[in-house]
Amino acid sequence: MIENFDLSLVNWSRAQFALTAMYHWLFVPLTLGLSFILAFMETIYVRTGDEIWKRITKFWMTLFGINFAIGVATGIILEFEFGTNWSNYSWFVGDIFGAPLAIEGILAFFLESTFIAVMFFGWNKVSRKFHLASTWLVAIGANLSALWILIANAWMENPVGMAFNPDTARNEMNSFREVVFNPVAIDKFTHTVTSGFVLASVFVVGISAWFLIRRREQMLAIKSILTAGIFGLVSSLLVAFTGDTSARTLAKVQPVKFAAMEALYEGRTDAGLTVIGALDDSGERIGEKKVHDVRLKIEIPKLLSIMTTGKGSGYVPGIKDLVNGNPERGILSVQEMMNRGTYARQVLTDYKMAKEIGDTESMTSLAAMFEDRDFVDNYFRYFGYSYFEHPWQVIPSVPVTFYSFRIMVGLGFFFILLFALALWFYRRQSLERNKWFLWLALLSIPLAYLASELGWVVTEMGRQPWIIQNLMPVNVAVSNISTGTVQTTFWLFAVLFTALLIAEVSIMVRQIKTGPKQKEE
Amino acid sequence: MARLFSALGRVARFYYDGFRTMSWWGNRVWIIILVKLFIMFLILKLFFFPDFLKTNFSSDRERGDYVLEQLTGNS
Repeated sequence: MIENFDLSLVNWSRAQFALTAMYHWLFVPLTLGLSFILAFMETIYVRTGDEIWKRITKFWMTLFGINFAIGVATGIILEFEFGTNWSNYSWFVGDIFGAPLAIEGILAFFLESTFIAVMFFGWNKVSRKFHLASTWLVAIGANLSALWILIANAWMENPVGMAFNPDTARNEMNSFREVVFNPVAIDKFTHTVTSGFVLASVFVVGISAWFLIRRREQMLAIKSILTAGIFGLVSSLLVAFTGDTSARTLAKVQPVKFAAMEALYEGRTDAGLTVIGALDDSGERIGEKKVHDVRLKIEIPKLLSIMTTGKGSGYVPGIKDLVNGNPERGILSVQEMMNRGTYARQVLTDYKMAKEIGDTESMTSLAAMFEDRDFVDNYFRYFGYSYFEHPWQVIPSVPVTFYSFRIMVGLGFFFILLFALALWFYRRQSLERNKWFLWLALLSIPLAYLASELGWVVTEMGRQPWIIQNLMPVNVAVSNISTGTVQTTFWLFAVLFTALLIAEVSIMVRQIKTGPKQKEE
Repeated sequence: MARLFSALGRVARFYYDGFRTMSWWGNRVWIIILVKLFIMFLILKLFFFPDFLKTNFSSDRERGDYVLEQLTGNS
């Protein structure tokens, strides 16, 4: 029974998933972005016929290949974990999660893996144009892979396009269009892939800066900085734009996460956006959760209201409004949602009991409720709240969400400046003279990874306690297995992934030090 | 049919030549890929990651009933 589940099992299962997802994400964004940078470089080569661009493309293609090969299939481990550690969740989501992942596997992965062979083996064996087309298809395929996975992930944050079948205890997709065009999926895809483009651009600018510091491969380095600088600047501006649109959607579908990102406890009109701030325990509590004051705050007036409602005087609900309810603003209290969720769960329990005794008449009438719009929209929609004992349990970790968000956004703006400076120094032909900038670019590589990982921390930690927003909290999703098994595999993964990371970094560093081939055949 | 076999032969030759002339890093990453896939599918999946519902229940009906019981919490 769910209430008896061991909390340490839930936490170890979460830790294991976080570990594998974060390691997996070390490899993915570089693939997403570098594939497009390669495509741009090779396009210049094919258009100009200048052999230096072929040499540049082949050098970065080597680093792309190392990252792709080490990272490939690390995501499959997450699917293992769904089946073993998260079986209630896996069953409950039914085909909704499976369909996008299957499409990803069949279409995108095969597109990517077929043409990657032409990319690496096809130089001088296929025509220039066919090779270029293969490089573009690898880039498109890699990003399409991300699209389908992000659609599945977005459904967990905003479950749409499905109906719950009480007989099978599964959600069944009734609108593929709604699942694919889920507003969260669109925002998530655009924001995530463009952030991958930024990471790859920082990587290329940083490694190129290293060559300039060492006074090696100046031509390769400067041309690479130009390409990645333009791509990175455009992408980082797009990241800021898509971050803004994501915030607007988030405020609608996950308002508690949005309030936690701002540490906004009291709802208000004319709400400003906190740019910098430090959280301090106010001494007040909501249940067992601390209420934080934001100290040393630098705020942009009205921006939060504008971001969420489109006008400066717009009302932004705080955590207290969302937990206690605010009838004036049409916000239901969590207690009310718990009551409605409990009713929906009771209907499901009644269905189960009717099924056990073979009462088909009751089964038919109870099953019909799950197709009734009023019941679905006003009761089943809050099904997951029935598992809470206290309203404050819906509040995620405010410090983790608040600080992760600020560091991510701060680094995002730093990268805009970095790319702008790279292009400025390129234009003035002074890249090599500004050693401080070259070091800054090189040292920015780990910061790009930090920003990318923190984006997922904001997303996933900010939506706690939910695994599926409003329908299933994480503690309900876990399988009834022993904590010891999860602990064992946690450490196995930690060792395996660390070994893979060391292998990647060492092979990559060796190839960077070797540099491009002196002559291209 | 002869053209099909010829095309397939060219594709096979393309891959064969590609693998045969692979660089130092290419050899290394292929070794890593194979070791990784071996660990993942023949050790982790087989011994540590059985599908919980498939292992413990023989039909979808039983799996559905089990999850229903888990969700309603009235077992």
